[in-house]
Amino acid sequence: MADIAISTNKLTKRFGDFVATNEITFDVQQGEIFGFLGANGAGKTTAMRMLCGLSVPSSGEATIAGYDIYKQTEEIKKHIGYMSQKFSLYEDLNVIENIRFFGGIYGLSGKEIKEKSNTLINQLGLQHEAKKLVGSLPLGWKQKLAFSVAILHEPKIVFLDEPTGGVDPVTRRQFWDLIYAAADRGITIFVTTHYMDEAEYCNRISMMVDGVIKALDTPRNLKKQFSAASMDEVFFELARGAQRKAD
Amino acid sequence: MGDVVLTNISKTYNDGKTVAVDDVSFSVNKGELFGLIGPDGAGKTSIFRILTTLLIPDGGTASVSGSDVVKDYKTIRRNIGYMPGKFSLYQDLTVEENLNFFATLFDTSIAANYDLVKEIYVQLEPFKKRRAAKLSGGMKQKLALCCALIHKPEVLFLDEPTTGVDAVSRKEFWEMLYRLKEQGITILVSTPYMDEATLCERIALIQGGKIMSIDTPDNIIGQYPKKMFAVRAEKMSTLLKELREYDPIESCFAFGEYHHVTFKAENGNNAEALNTYLNQKGYEQVHVKQTSATIEDCFIRQMNE
Amino acid sequence: MKQFLIFVRKEFYHVFRDPKTLLMLFGMPVTLILLFGFALTNEIKNSKIAVCDYANDEATQRIVEKLRANNSFEIQEVLMSHLQIEEAFKRGKIKLAIVFPTDFNSDLQHVNEAQVQVIADASDPNTATTLTNYVRNIVMSYQNEITDGKTIPYQIKTETRMLYNPELKGATNFVPGVMALVLLLVCVLMTSVSIVREKETGTMEVLLVSPFNPFLVIISKAVPYFFLSLVNLTVILVLSVFLLDMPFNGNIFLLYGESSILIITALSLGLLISNSTQSQQAAMLISLLGMLFPTLMFTGFLFPLENMPLPLQVIANIVPSKWYYIIVKSIMIKGLGFSAIWKETLILVSMTVVLLFVSFKKFKIRLA
Repeated sequence: MADIAISTNKLTKRFGDFVATNEITFDVQQGEIFGFLGANGAGKTTAMRMLCGLSVPSSGEATIAGYDIYKQTEEIKKHIGYMSQKFSLYEDLNVIENIRFFGGIYGLSGKEIKEKSNTLINQLGLQHEAKKLVGSLPLGWKQKLAFSVAILHEPKIVFLDEPTGGVDPVTRRQFWDLIYAAADRGITIFVTTHYMDEAEYCNRISMMVDGVIKALDTPRNLKKQFSAASMDEVFFELARGAQRKAD
Repeated sequence: MGDVVLTNISKTYNDGKTVAVDDVSFSVNKGELFGLIGPDGAGKTSIFRILTTLLIPDGGTASVSGSDVVKDYKTIRRNIGYMPGKFSLYQDLTVEENLNFFATLFDTSIAANYDLVKEIYVQLEPFKKRRAAKLSGGMKQKLALCCALIHKPEVLFLDEPTTGVDAVSRKEFWEMLYRLKEQGITILVSTPYMDEATLCERIALIQGGKIMSIDTPDNIIGQYPKKMFAVRAEKMSTLLKELREYDPIESCFAFGEYHHVTFKAENGNNAEALNTYLNQKGYEQVHVKQTSATIEDCFIRQMNE
Repeated sequence: MKQFLIFVRKEFYHVFRDPKTLLMLFGMPVTLILLFGFALTNEIKNSKIAVCDYANDEATQRIVEKLRANNSFEIQEVLMSHLQIEEAFKRGKIKLAIVFPTDFNSDLQHVNEAQVQVIADASDPNTATTLTNYVRNIVMSYQNEITDGKTIPYQIKTETRMLYNPELKGATNFVPGVMALVLLLVCVLMTSVSIVREKETGTMEVLLVSPFNPFLVIISKAVPYFFLSLVNLTVILVLSVFLLDMPFNGNIFLLYGESSILIITALSLGLLISNSTQSQQAAMLISLLGMLFPTLMFTGFLFPLENMPLPLQVIANIVPSKWYYIIVKSIMIKGLGFSAIWKETLILVSMTVVLLFVSFKKFKIRLA
């Protein structure tokens, strides 16, 4: 079972009477690109927070990179990376300073940070921007940089919360090139998105509706299962019946 | 004569160091559903703010329903509805209180323009005692639209109304826009989602403060200069690299379950040649077919030009 | 007009639905009053006092005994001459001294009247007041004891002298100061924060794009805080009169009128701050630093202005609370009417007009 990155069993989170995520059970393989889809309010964010060790589940079990979600949250945090659309990097620090800071947080040595920041800057073609404040970079570059920083410490799993929202179509594809490269190195990618074409790039997709996982399979099988031509249609088919619209 | 007209509008920030809008001209006809399509930072919000009289342009002129955006700002403010990109209602007020507040602000009441907002309002009504902060993304969007419509505006400006909203809510939102269009309201909408472009009557593709093209979505797609092919095989990520290294190919981008490919020379046997090539390389389940370009293809092409 | 009222109602919703705002609005004045007043006028125990008894007769011995028995006092020294008193104070040994004149008892027996002098160190005005009151009470109780059953009452007059701070700037002095502080802080902070909040959440955009006059936006934001400040003022007054025994000798309407002027000054200051800031935190910081420091320094209720170097005295003149402080003291403590404070009022009004003018002038009807 060494190659299971994420494993959950009836993971549940309640807020009072409200069941945000209801007994979700799934496994994600090491190195897999796993798309975590669902309508607004379906419970994606809640589930993701539990998996990152930020929120304690009400019941159920889960292991992340082999660590228990209740007892070993500190270990979990060492072995995951996280990037969201909202907060990614410090806008008032320059590129190098950001890399150094986040490298330092994850306990990389000075030498490692230096090596890694050099490779990273070359990879992204940011040689001329290395001393520029992150705030002055275009959004697409910021997001690519943020992703690279999130996997700087070679985590087992990286969680991406709508990483490409508002990014231009060319940069969006470059971003996915980075995701593929990371997956090839064995990093598990757990990603949410509102772009349905991006759902197709995932190895497997789970669809959450009203706090439960309604479907989980490869994009191709899902389309077959719902006899749909595109992931858009699969999404509509599943999310249309959602009750929890106002929450 | 257009209902919304921009002539050589430009806008810079930081003392001219950041160019947000660069010599933009276009016009929107009365009753038209016009889309401004582009990623974040393309200048969409600046254009909207100039048209809604919130910003003064550095150069050029613009008018809404015949009124100048600088001189006649008061007239414009009476006649337009505006929904900014950020959710800008009072989170600590209930749905009903928000609506009443905005109705009164425009010197009208919910009852007076009920026809216009009815379809949206019935969806909100079960939650009317709920504070706006507790609504879902989709519901917030509907409430904001309702508030922007409550005074029966002639022109409606919607700045990224569907950003961060799930696909189902987005679809519902566009259906509402169609119904509003039928009432004769001119609608300007901006979006970073390229797939929404085809839902507009006419669109402007915008990038880096410049308009790349303005036309109907069909015409823009029709003007795509190359034949588009969709390619699929077992290993999509390595396939992408492989395709980019294949000499006859001009461009190659991932597009959902297919990769979109154009060739440098338009030969009749391009598809077959590619098929054979990939089979030789050992790819399984290779599938190559001709397809039509999408707005996103057009956008990528124009961006790279 | 209806629009305006709806707007004002909305502002009240904001205030009453945000616990933090409410706490700020009503918690702060109560805390300040209690802090400055109650905490400082704690019950006093074992204060060291000195007795200078020239009479040393039956009556004085009895009174000294009573003092000794009271656990508020501890008789530190028995002095032979009143000339030693000053020295004892300077050595910081005693808080209070009592002087009995030579013929205390005979005066009391023959003319039914005697005098006792109480001298207190008023550099700590609250303690001084409390201690002299205690002494007065003890003397009174002795007086009642000997008067008991007699037809002609005995009278012992207590003559009080305050050393070092003869005006006794204490409870009666800080209340007007706290009033100025609270009104300024609350109004400046609340208006600036509530306007900047609308900028932050983006609602300001929608408001500006509506036909509603932008200046009415500002005025309707100010109205609720104006009324809430008057409520606040009432809370402070009630607390200080009933809890801290603060005198109230003047006309209450005059006081509210003058306070309204200060409130408007504060509201226009808040508006000015909100024009130049983009985040609630910045607005809060500027309001706090920009208001708290000058008000504490230059109002005169913590540090006497007369003792300041001339440049600082000049600066104090542009601080609105200085003038308000003078006005409130004149009304509440001295019970003076408008004719006595028209000059200060005129200065305050001029400041308000200038501030209002500048802040309206600077208000942006578009985004930056």
